[in-house]
Amino acid sequence: MDFMVFQYPMITVQACLDGILLGILFALIAYGMALQWGVMNIINIAQGDLVILGGYIAYFMYLYGIHPAWGVIVSPIIMYFVGVGIYKLVINKVVDRDLFISILATFGISILFMQLMNFAFGADVVLANSGYGTTFLFDNNVVLPNSKIFSAFVSIIFAICLVIYMKKSKLGRAIRATAQNARAAKILGVDTEKVYAATFGINAALCGVAGALISITFTIHPYMGLPYTIRSFMIVIVAGLGNLPGVALSGMGLGVFEEFADYILGTEFRIGSVFLLLVLILVYRRFKLSRKREYLK
Amino acid sequence: MKIKNIIITFVSAIALLLSTSVVSFAKVVGDKIVLGAAVSLTGKYSSNGVHTQNGYNMAVDRINSMGGIKVGGKTYKFEIIYYDDESNPKRAAQLAERLISQDGVEFMLGPYSSGLTKAMAPVTEKYGVPMVEANGASRSLFTKGYKYLFAVLAPANLYLDVAIRTAVELNGGKGVKIAQAFEQDAFSQDVRLGILDAAKDTGSEIIIDDKLPKELNDMAATLVKVKQMKPDVLVVSGHTKGALTAIRQISEMKVDVPMLAMTHCDAAKLSKQHGKNSQYALCASQWHKTLTYKDKWFKDGMTYDADFTKMFGYAPPYQAAESSAALLVFKDAFERANSFDQKKVRDALAATDMQTFYGNIKFAPGGQNVSKPMVLFQVMCDSAGKCENKVVAPLKWASAELIHPIPKWSER
Repeated sequence: MDFMVFQYPMITVQACLDGILLGILFALIAYGMALQWGVMNIINIAQGDLVILGGYIAYFMYLYGIHPAWGVIVSPIIMYFVGVGIYKLVINKVVDRDLFISILATFGISILFMQLMNFAFGADVVLANSGYGTTFLFDNNVVLPNSKIFSAFVSIIFAICLVIYMKKSKLGRAIRATAQNARAAKILGVDTEKVYAATFGINAALCGVAGALISITFTIHPYMGLPYTIRSFMIVIVAGLGNLPGVALSGMGLGVFEEFADYILGTEFRIGSVFLLLVLILVYRRFKLSRKREYLK
Repeated sequence: MKIKNIIITFVSAIALLLSTSVVSFAKVVGDKIVLGAAVSLTGKYSSNGVHTQNGYNMAVDRINSMGGIKVGGKTYKFEIIYYDDESNPKRAAQLAERLISQDGVEFMLGPYSSGLTKAMAPVTEKYGVPMVEANGASRSLFTKGYKYLFAVLAPANLYLDVAIRTAVELNGGKGVKIAQAFEQDAFSQDVRLGILDAAKDTGSEIIIDDKLPKELNDMAATLVKVKQMKPDVLVVSGHTKGALTAIRQISEMKVDVPMLAMTHCDAAKLSKQHGKNSQYALCASQWHKTLTYKDKWFKDGMTYDADFTKMFGYAPPYQAAESSAALLVFKDAFERANSFDQKKVRDALAATDMQTFYGNIKFAPGGQNVSKPMVLFQVMCDSAGKCENKVVAPLKWASAELIHPIPKWSER
């Protein structure tokens, strides 16, 4: 245990800012997960692997001399089609089945993706350099890499665009209608099959954006997907489905929590603390539910 | 129905018997000495696994084409049976078992990484199969009293020992303040133990001692502490991801530290991925092509580098060089033992004292190579941004002078 983070106010500020910037990025991934969970009732274990694949797209652009920031545009476009492809091949067969089947299916996809990425891109850790420099605050006591600021900014823009799209566009309304009641939407003429495919595609596209941002801010490796799945799962559990401000807030909360856990418990417990928090939250929710009066349906 | 079942059982039992007895072929077939190896061709160690395999193949090629191995007046050639251990220790142990009891291999080469070597060593030990390994440096491999395990590389605890001693020397013999961050795996923790020993020896103080997780991609917290506490040396070891993450975040957060020492810079292709940002980093390495060791087969480091590049299309990392050296050791031992008796070969291996292009090789009773020091190189870039690794320590092989302290970011 190390409480240095509280002894120096500047470190506290640093940890909070780092956490918030990171959390916004997590929230973007979680938003995609919440969307397709809400619409299709599928928990996508392969979420993190889609993120990593998106990161590889940005990395390969960088290798060929294109600035990796363009990955933010290109990666979601490619990933959209990857998402639709996965839906057509696998997900449409499990979409009406129970949750357990879909978890197994996406778990399988996750393993397949990991191995394929390892096979295609190699096991090396890679990253794309943006060359964005650094911002210094408070007399150089707080440093923020511009790449982190950039990724938070891009995440916010994509989230806002998506919200507007869901509210205004025809497809967006169809998606929301399907989420509310798939059968009723179908009766009223919504092609739910198409809506499902689009939803999975949009989710993959969001993962693509996040992946491109992660390749700029952190590192990419075929086996690094799972922590991102867990984080987004957790954010969605806390925020609930269809609660966008909640997703954003709990994303930032998780980011700050992680940073503080990093300082206080040590970096080795960073991911571990997220798992622990997840267990605590699930237990708490169970406890809360059990206090409600139950009735026979 | 019952009779059918009995027949099926009977037939399959015979098939099973045949498959185990017919397939097995002995260690020496005709004029071939068959060695067994499980290396990681898939999974998380696949890049280094391939380097290992290429290193082995290159040496087999070279030894066979230069006359092979002479035992008892007859000339033999090397051949290797490979299996893919999928970077998985359990699989590695199974494959060791299979190589020995099914394929009848009586001499083994090591896999890639300390973890996998640790999994295989008990098996080879049980069967009394001599194993020369080139990629497992963890100290714990050499403290278990294994009799049939020999490692051509320097043990992990010596990796960054030189860096601390150099820093102390430059500090006028006085102890220095050390900040360290190590991944929690067998190898990195051994590197850490080495630093603790060196710190104790030199009266240095460890002011930050962080552990990094397996899925490491963010070490900002450690670096913020480094900024605050201003150590003289920052030591990082966490395989390639540790090296890449450290350089990315040190350059982004403009962390000033007089000396930065790491492992795995070679495999991380540090200067290729980070360019000028990686400048001045000190890296521990088992081997560097500019070292002046010599042997009959590969001549010297520079020639090895050129030949390897010609054969495989990329410059050899030290993982390939040490793997090649393992075969030279085997050849030497076979010839001195003048026999294929496992016990005699084992004794000959234990008595090895030779020079290869990779370095001097002489085994301690534990099996580790004690006569080859680690080298430190520093990433140095010219004004055009072209970076090169130059050996700076030990002084005997230094091709450039150590730049110390590292210039502040504001002055670069």
